[in-house]
Amino acid sequence: VFRGKSRHDDPLYARSVRNPETALQPPVTAGRSRPVRLPAPPARYGGRHTVTLIPGDGIGPELAKHVCELFRFCCVPVDFEVVNVDSTKTSEDDINNAIMAIRRNGVALKGNIETNHNLPPSHKSRNSLLRTTLDLYASVMHSQSLPGVRTHHRNIDIITIRENTEGEYSSLEHESVPGVVECLKIITRTKSLRIADYAFRTAREKGRRRVTAIHKANIMKLGDGLFLECCKEVASGYPEITFNSMIVDNTTMQLVSRPQQFDVMVMPNLYGNVVSNVCAGLVGGPGLVPGANYGENYAVFETGTRNTGKSIANKNTANPTAMLLASCLLLDHLKLHGYASMIRKAILSTITDSQLHTADLGGKGSTSEMVQSIMDAIQSSGPRTQRH
Amino acid sequence: MCFSTLLWGEGYDTTLFATIWTKPVLLNIKLTLVLLLSSVHLQQQGENIPPPAKYGGRHTVTLIPGDGIGPELLNHVREVFRFTCVPVDFEMVNVNSALETDDDMNNAITAIRRNGVALKGNIETKHTLPASVKSRNNVLRTSLDLYANVMHCQSLPGVQTRHKNIDIMIIRENTEGEYSSLEHESVSGVVESLKIITRNNSIRIADYAFKLARERGRRRVTAVHKANIMKLGDGLFLQCCREVASGYPDITFDSMIVDNTTMQLVSKPQQFDVMVMPNLYGNVVSNVCAGLVGGPGLVPGANYGRDYAVFETATRNTGKSIAEKNIANPTAMLLASCLMLDHLNLNDYASLIQNAVLTTMNETRLHTADLGGQGTTSEVVQSVMRVIQSKGQFTAEL
Repeated sequence: VFRGKSRHDDPLYARSVRNPETALQPPVTAGRSRPVRLPAPPARYGGRHTVTLIPGDGIGPELAKHVCELFRFCCVPVDFEVVNVDSTKTSEDDINNAIMAIRRNGVALKGNIETNHNLPPSHKSRNSLLRTTLDLYASVMHSQSLPGVRTHHRNIDIITIRENTEGEYSSLEHESVPGVVECLKIITRTKSLRIADYAFRTAREKGRRRVTAIHKANIMKLGDGLFLECCKEVASGYPEITFNSMIVDNTTMQLVSRPQQFDVMVMPNLYGNVVSNVCAGLVGGPGLVPGANYGENYAVFETGTRNTGKSIANKNTANPTAMLLASCLLLDHLKLHGYASMIRKAILSTITDSQLHTADLGGKGSTSEMVQSIMDAIQSSGPRTQRH
Repeated sequence: MCFSTLLWGEGYDTTLFATIWTKPVLLNIKLTLVLLLSSVHLQQQGENIPPPAKYGGRHTVTLIPGDGIGPELLNHVREVFRFTCVPVDFEMVNVNSALETDDDMNNAITAIRRNGVALKGNIETKHTLPASVKSRNNVLRTSLDLYANVMHCQSLPGVQTRHKNIDIMIIRENTEGEYSSLEHESVSGVVESLKIITRNNSIRIADYAFKLARERGRRRVTAVHKANIMKLGDGLFLQCCREVASGYPDITFDSMIVDNTTMQLVSKPQQFDVMVMPNLYGNVVSNVCAGLVGGPGLVPGANYGRDYAVFETATRNTGKSIAEKNIANPTAMLLASCLMLDHLNLNDYASLIQNAVLTTMNETRLHTADLGGQGTTSEVVQSVMRVIQSKGQFTAEL
């Protein structure tokens, strides 16, 4: 296994190419000045990263294909290992294969896997299973008002950090007496401390000033009380960051009237689900916001609101922005920052053009048009790209 | 004639309620009816006769001031009622939220059982007290089995909001779900909270929702749930809703997951008509809707049980930070009192006060701080009373 600094040091590469000096220079295209060559960071296996790709259901497969297309066009040194998960089967082999692939590669990009309601309750949500098995404890969603999208509110910039593995999503339910169902919501000290620590560290790294904990401790005194206590403990170790807390119902009400007051929000699982969806709705809908799930050793990227989008599948009307921005987060995670910012800039310039807006933004554009426009924007900004 | 004496004031902890019967019951009622029929305001109202009420034609309603802005707003309600000569007497019961004992709360519950109807402010849940001290509001709702919390969110004409034409009724299960207050720490550092969903309560709330939708002529009921994750719990709730829906073929029934619901609410709230849901989602969704129509100061809420009804502001805010500053918005509490009057079948008084409140809301210069204005609570209440007087009703002096 090669662990050198760059491909110059790779003996295999040097031997396989006939003329090493000219091979390292980009191909000369007629009528254009020499484009800038982006330096590749150290990667295993010949300078290329391998990322697991789980297409999922609904609009997942088509969006994943667009991501592959875009990456190939930009010559991003990422290879995708596609693992299909069939949501109609009851056996867990598919999802176990996917989990093994993610353990192998360390990083994944996924579409949402549908949870079929007709299957028995013992059949757990596949997405939930993936998150808990890989211990992806932090779900981070950055909701930002995008310049080209018209919304009721302006200047929103909220990072929601949601505990991803416990809380109401423990899938522990039982019917001890017929007609009476008990669902267990688990809050533990270790996980609450972990997520609070993650939140404050992220706030510090990104230069954020305030962290708000969202809870319902007036009703769930022990459970959310413990969560709040852990957040307060962690907050004492970060004196430069202001910490405050807010009850979830007041939070949602404030979010729809004055969302600009929020900076970073940390919360347990269910409130995180609701609050992140409210934030996504405020900045323009599910088609715009990317989401990331981070664990100790693994990271999985997907759209922020985890929609399957069955009703618009294969109609070429889905908004690819969320998935493409998620792939940019993926590239940032792999330290391929140059490619990430290049693609991100192109996406933002495309979004500004309201002619290209897809149906969810009130326009009539199609997915392929948007992706085409992004690729045009990348080509015009100069880096080496494949031919269309 | 029978009359009741009520003593209230800031210094009294309990209410003295004395009813003195000086004549046989039947004669009392006849006398009362005669008195009522001959009163001036009835002549002005025309044919409308208030329904027979107990104890001399006047209803008695329990009043729980609560904390924060509760006491001042309820004072204003009493003021307006006295001004409009509404035949309602208030029996005030104070609940001290700083005490750990349940006596105050038990007194309040007994009073509501006695009177059947109550108007309350929110009672604060102090975080410094131990966890065994349950939320007083919650205890009230579960003891009286007020199973349905109904909130009607409507865009008010005088209030500027980002979304227009919102008209959503939210029916929320009020007694079980996540608010069962059943928690334990079996292993230190691991807390389990139980969320209970029962078939009986789910069918009951679904039935209430569909009956209400039918009465109000609504076309669609949406059940809000998270059954993809909580398959047994919310799955049971959804199943009960579907069962009940099959008995109401004139009403369309659909369901939506709570995260999608909140996202749709902030982008396109006009698509929703009637929504029914378990306790916690109801809390969040009703607060989102309240925020959409203009804030916590505008929407009234009602808790209905089989035998009792309690009225309060919809978002149940204590408003400690604006207490006694004369800047709280009295609209929510006044509209809640109108709902109470509707419940008591005093519909004329209800529509009178409601119209007055809505007319006052149209005037932007009277808007209080939460609506972006600089008006005070007392100005708003004065204006409401002036509008009522201008309608020509029999009123006390201003």
